[in-house]
Amino acid sequence: MSERPILEVTDLKKHFAARKSMFGEKTTVKAVDGVSFNVMPQESFAVVGESGCGKTTLGKLVLALEKPTSGRVLFDGQDMSKMSAGAVRKLRREMQVIFQDPYSSLNPRMTVEDIITEPWVIHGMHKDPAVRAKKLAKLLDDCGIAKTYLPRHPHEFSGGQRQRVGIARALALDPRLVVADEPVSALDVSIQAQILNLLKDLQKERKLAYLFISHDFSVVRHLCTRIAVMYLGRVVETADSETLFNDPQHPYTEALLSAVPVPDPSIEKRRKRILLTGDVPSPLKPPSGCRFHPRCRYMIDSCRVDDPALTEAKPAHFAACPVRPFKDKCSEAALVSL
Amino acid sequence: MEPVLSVRGLRTHFVLPERTVQAVDGLTYDLYPGKTLAIVGESGSGKSVHALSILRLLPEPPAKVVAGEILFQGRDLLKMPSEEMRAVRGNRIAMIFQEPMTSLNPVLTVGEQIAEAILLHQKKTKEEAWAKSVDLLRKVGIPHPEERVNDYPHQFSGGMRQRAMIAIALSCEPDVLIADEPTTALDVTIQAQILELMKDLQREYRMAIILITHNIGVVAEMADDVVVMYAGRPVEHAPIGELFKNPKHPYTKGLLASVPSIYERKERLEAISGQPPDLTGGFVGCPFAPRCPAVLERCAKDDPPQFHLKGGRMSNCWKTEEESEERSHRFETAKGER
Repeated sequence: MSERPILEVTDLKKHFAARKSMFGEKTTVKAVDGVSFNVMPQESFAVVGESGCGKTTLGKLVLALEKPTSGRVLFDGQDMSKMSAGAVRKLRREMQVIFQDPYSSLNPRMTVEDIITEPWVIHGMHKDPAVRAKKLAKLLDDCGIAKTYLPRHPHEFSGGQRQRVGIARALALDPRLVVADEPVSALDVSIQAQILNLLKDLQKERKLAYLFISHDFSVVRHLCTRIAVMYLGRVVETADSETLFNDPQHPYTEALLSAVPVPDPSIEKRRKRILLTGDVPSPLKPPSGCRFHPRCRYMIDSCRVDDPALTEAKPAHFAACPVRPFKDKCSEAALVSL
Repeated sequence: MEPVLSVRGLRTHFVLPERTVQAVDGLTYDLYPGKTLAIVGESGSGKSVHALSILRLLPEPPAKVVAGEILFQGRDLLKMPSEEMRAVRGNRIAMIFQEPMTSLNPVLTVGEQIAEAILLHQKKTKEEAWAKSVDLLRKVGIPHPEERVNDYPHQFSGGMRQRAMIAIALSCEPDVLIADEPTTALDVTIQAQILELMKDLQREYRMAIILITHNIGVVAEMADDVVVMYAGRPVEHAPIGELFKNPKHPYTKGLLASVPSIYERKERLEAISGQPPDLTGGFVGCPFAPRCPAVLERCAKDDPPQFHLKGGRMSNCWKTEEESEERSHRFETAKGER
């Protein structure tokens, strides 16, 4: 791929000031602590991790809704932190966001039509009523929203229908990059499938790139072609989707994969589950050395001290684990073992 | 084997001034000792309301159990005086909830809350109850239980809170444990820990578990039998292996097909079209008919009975009429009354 990435994230950090208790000493929460990745045009890239790993903060940094402590976010080669507010606003047309909760992310006092067309008002686009009507009709059609919904308010709709409205609003400006932060995790399974199919269709049709933020490996596998796994503010592994599932290289990825319940009892009986002990440590006080070492079953002494960097474990497959437990022998949790 | 709990023709409605919501409308099943019965359905299918009906925890009004029987050790819980019911609730039948933070009391220590359950139902001194609280915390895998027993719920992580809830539920070694979405609020690695814990404890105590969930993966891992609910009624009831191998009801088929799995990448998920129905005012015909891909002419008019199929299965679909050995009405109680 000689194409230029639509999104380049380089050594991005976001630290928040915090106190351990009301009068306690000041500390910092390293929500995002040195994350780098690229997203190519029309690619769907997933950031996967458990709560508190920094994936949502990462999404906000990418959208320039938070200022990074250090590091760079380049959108289409341009650094938004160095641009004027007006220029940033203009660039934001190209990147839109879909939120997790379709109940709280739509203004209850606005009609569906107002919600979907508000981006046009803000950016002064499609002022000609004929153009506007045509654009709106296409958008509704693409997102599976009936025309009769337009004068109604969000509370009249179910979660799935509201999420369609949220998607239509995000696509109104014809963005090139869509950041989707857990867009289906608040929905019932049968509705989740509708929305996932919709996201897939829209990507193909509108040539979108997705930065898909999720905790759900099954959803990610369905939609995304490349994956980064995050743990406590760091990317611990990144590879294309099939490789990651078939041959994980980081012990955390292995444990995450093995923990995902599979909707098939015959597989459930055969598969090997790796149970992690303990909880995710507090980001206020991340462990020394490798942040995963207290829960890792492959831990060696040096893991307590040495902070591992992301290195190329196999071609185009990066992992931050110098122990390399799966260098020669594939993990038992890998999908190919079944 | 005798069932420990039998639900017969349970109907729970919410009577509101302007309408009646038929939340549970004719549910029948048997629960056996040491087995796990999963109640699966999407939001609004009546699965949680049915659980609260068993424990008589619904506020009356607006809720009202309009018909049915809940037989526990030969006695109908719905007819039990409230004094006796109190001796069953939390003692012989215990429940754990989805959100451990909101179901624990924030101003009491974890130890006090476990001891409270013990003191309420068992002849024990405060010292004995306290010692047992520590033992229970150890049993559910809380590290340093002697110290953590004095912690307040906010000092526990989400996974630890759910462990504490389980400790409370287990304090009286119940015959039946009702788990309402016990892992939905938890991360996958923590979910795997909690499910494993529930399985271990079930083996030890020979508890019967009613597992209420929308997560098909969790069902595949945990359940022996499954009841699939739609619009307040059971649409299919089958042993776990059979249900996944050969689902009979079109809703079950749709539900299973719509779940993404990490084990296969489908080009498209087979979503069920349309939205779940409104439960106000009841249905003419089958409530799934408007969304059903295999709908027959009669489905819109005739309410299907419960068709009993080979292998102890039940399906609530006209298409299974031919292979059925027997039929019953979903409102039928133990004496065959409606």
